Amino acid sequence: MKARVLIRPKEGILDPQGKAVERALPALGFDGVSAVRVGRLVELETDDADSLPELCEKLLANPLIEDYEIETGDAA
Amino acid sequence: MTRFGVIQFPGSCDERDALHACGMVGEARMVWHEDTDLDGVDAVIVPGGFSYGDYLRAGAIARFSPAMGAVAEFAAAGGPVLGICNGFQVLCEAGLLPGALLPNEGLRFVCRQVELVVDDAATPFMAECEQGDRLSIPVKHMTGRYFAPDEQLDELESAGQVVLRYAPGHNPNGSVRDIAGVCNAAGNVMGLMPHPEHAVDPLTGSADGLRLFASLAVSPAPRPEPVGS
Repeated sequence: MKARVLIRPKEGILDPQGKAVERALPALGFDGVSAVRVGRLVELETDDADSLPELCEKLLANPLIEDYEIETGDAA
Repeated sequence: MTRFGVIQFPGSCDERDALHACGMVGEARMVWHEDTDLDGVDAVIVPGGFSYGDYLRAGAIARFSPAMGAVAEFAAAGGPVLGICNGFQVLCEAGLLPGALLPNEGLRFVCRQVELVVDDAATPFMAECEQGDRLSIPVKHMTGRYFAPDEQLDELESAGQVVLRYAPGHNPNGSVRDIAGVCNAAGNVMGLMPHPEHAVDPLTGSADGLRLFASLAVSPAPRPEPVGS
């Protein structure tokens, strides 16, 4: 089964990468963009979708600083 | 004489300097990341660098190496473990230290000499220092912004687990509460972002870093029993 895991900085944690992107946008003429957050996307195939949350907790995300969402099936 | 073991991962780059610093105050040998043998080792150094390319997150892959399994057992038995820079990141990822390291606030790699203040000298790593001492030690990192939730920070401070802070005006990365180094609740595992192994000779600007290694040499924690015995 295909799955996608979206990982992003937890709410309230300063994301300097997002800030840098946000600050660059007006120079390119894109005004009015705010609250930019940069995360990462992990695509994978697995035989055991039930183990995905544990896999995320233990490796793909650091739960202290990151939130994650798992998409499986057609959505992935 | 204290016998140091310095862990070497693919991508480590400060293990030679760490070995040199340890050798100035005791005996030292390298421990390859696939080895699990810490026999005869009194203190472990997890050095700086970019273990396993720092893929995913700094330190995230290294924590699963065979050597780190042995280090976790060594630490659980009370053995002293010092993580420097990437080693600090690895120990946080492994859950041996509280908190996490995030990308620097300024998004730039910082490489400079900084002033540190000893906040708590009760750990074996600080035996040669006193509370309030100032140390001049270099930093060089991209992912050094220490973070933990506020409640946890309060707990760490009241338990004396904040060992080192950046002196006022010296915080190079946006670390919360100017924290540069922390230890675990038992006091036998410590991590810091600055590089004491690069500050062991006045010729290179400062020998303040040697005091951390000398501390372990004068007051090694009780040597853990061999695992499985």
